[in-house]
Amino acid sequence: MLTFLLLSLVKVIVVTVVLLLAVAYTVLLERKLVARIQNRWGPSRVGPFGLLQPLVDGAKSFLKEDIIPAGVYKPLYILSPIIALSCALLSIAVVPFGPERQFRGVDLFQITDLNVGLLVILGVTSVGIYGIALSGWSSNDKYSLLGSLRASAQIVSYELALGLSLVGVVLRAGSLSLRDIVNSQSAHGLFSWNVFGGFQFFAFFIYLMAAFAETNRSPFDLPEAESELVGGYHTEYSSMKFAMFFMSEYANMITVSCVATLLFLGGWTSPFGNLLPSLGGSILASFVPFCWFVLKVLFFLCLYVWVRGTLPRFRYDQLMAFGWKFLVPLAIANIIGTSLWLALRTS
Amino acid sequence: MQLVLFFIFGGLCAAAALNLLLTRHPINSALSLIVVMTSLAVLYLTLGAEFLAAAQVIVYSGAIMVLFTFVIMLLNAGEEVRTRGSRAAYLVGVPGVAALFSLLTFVFLSQGNHLGKSTLANPATLYDLSAVLFRDLLLPFEVTSVLILIAILGAVALARKEH
Amino acid sequence: MSGSYLTILLLLVCAVGFGVGPLVLAWIWAKAYSPEKPGPYKNATYECGLESKGVVWVQFKAEYYLYGIVFLIFDVEAIFLLPFAVAFTGLTAGACVAMLVFLFLLVEGLVWASRKGVLLST
Repeated sequence: MLTFLLLSLVKVIVVTVVLLLAVAYTVLLERKLVARIQNRWGPSRVGPFGLLQPLVDGAKSFLKEDIIPAGVYKPLYILSPIIALSCALLSIAVVPFGPERQFRGVDLFQITDLNVGLLVILGVTSVGIYGIALSGWSSNDKYSLLGSLRASAQIVSYELALGLSLVGVVLRAGSLSLRDIVNSQSAHGLFSWNVFGGFQFFAFFIYLMAAFAETNRSPFDLPEAESELVGGYHTEYSSMKFAMFFMSEYANMITVSCVATLLFLGGWTSPFGNLLPSLGGSILASFVPFCWFVLKVLFFLCLYVWVRGTLPRFRYDQLMAFGWKFLVPLAIANIIGTSLWLALRTS
Repeated sequence: MQLVLFFIFGGLCAAAALNLLLTRHPINSALSLIVVMTSLAVLYLTLGAEFLAAAQVIVYSGAIMVLFTFVIMLLNAGEEVRTRGSRAAYLVGVPGVAALFSLLTFVFLSQGNHLGKSTLANPATLYDLSAVLFRDLLLPFEVTSVLILIAILGAVALARKEH
Repeated sequence: MSGSYLTILLLLVCAVGFGVGPLVLAWIWAKAYSPEKPGPYKNATYECGLESKGVVWVQFKAEYYLYGIVFLIFDVEAIFLLPFAVAFTGLTAGACVAMLVFLFLLVEGLVWASRKGVLLST
């Protein structure tokens, strides 16, 4: 029991630290890629290729003076960045990074496998809204309040499309455990991934759109539309508290990319199926799937940046209409279509 | 283990519920209610009801409480003011709640068998749950959907401005 | 079963720790090395250089909350759909038809709401 506890604690801390490092370097990746898209160099002074930039940024926001404006509702003002970051970190809980590999009863590539894994992710995301809603309300600032109202309405609307787009995948896998969902797509490499072989292309599209909106990313970054709302819900936040909102946004991006990989791109399975020579049962061999997983997540992160560098922002009514009148009906049609197809195939 | 968890989260739940009643600002009440809902979810979890716990967090802590906070943010309801009405509510409310609680407990304990119950394996998988839900309890399920439809109609009819 | 939830609890503690820890450290650092210098302009509400007028906490457009209500209703639907999807292969045709009716009723509600124009109020 004690070894289990200690090993789990080590695993949890390692995963959290790696996630936070990944967050830091996603920021750098974004700045570099957007800079290249705009024909600039991006950060290049601190360390080789600007590689130390995230660490310096972190130190900077740690050392800056924390200005708490007059008139804020202090308990919630301080609580909300904590809620935002904690929920963002917590949602990695059920994401498997590779196939099951036990070491003294502790799963090496996943924090924990639950029967209701997908629901846990939905639940944590739905609690994470409070970070945004309360920060805007407690800031005593018109821009913040507007930003957080917009953000909450937007997240709520697209969470629905997101939840409904998952049903098609669950229909095919017959389980809510993310590991089972990946295993249901592992038969023939690329061709049994949900996005191709499972005919979940529409679900993938809906999920992707909803994920962009859920994480407040361009082209759905209305909550922090800087030309209208200054900084949106975190206008009044400075130093470490601002950095926490920033980190939670990128951590959410990473989690959403992980889930997209697991649900639609076959998780850690190789796109070539069994065509590649296997490395046997060595420790090294169990890291190959992990590398596939990281590659796919990286693909999604680059997609995020690419979209941000390319597309203009939606208008607010367009955003809402797109969510409610296009994505939700499409998701319901996808559910009906998938269930009919599965019923015909089994009968 | 289960008993320890029950005392921790049951206590947390009761404390948050008390805070919900005693605090003056609506946003604090809403936050306390979120704590109540979430600790209830943990209690369900200790009883082996995984799905129920997850649904509790998503629907109650997530959707319903987001709606509450939303309304508080929109209306900007300020601190509660003590009036004569609120004192009357104290006088009527406390015995009323006690009476309702006793009545419900009595009904559930004595008439539980007639209300219909389904036994699930412990721990119940989602598969068992949906088998029961979509086979034995199909009629209540359909009635729920009609209820939800009526809720949509009611909400829209109440909130819509006539042009 | 209990082990897997224990790990989640550990993660929760760790996540909250990583949220609170840096804040507390930064606060201690600020107390020790950079005492705060508040001022009326520095601590003013940010409004692009204009002086802030009126209070923020006013009554706002209440139609926003319709999104909340419609979301709540459809969230319940999604929660019902997931167990249905899990057990789909083992269900009878009758159950599937029941689910289709359930879906149909809700789509009807959505169509009605959007016909009434409530989902477009910005």
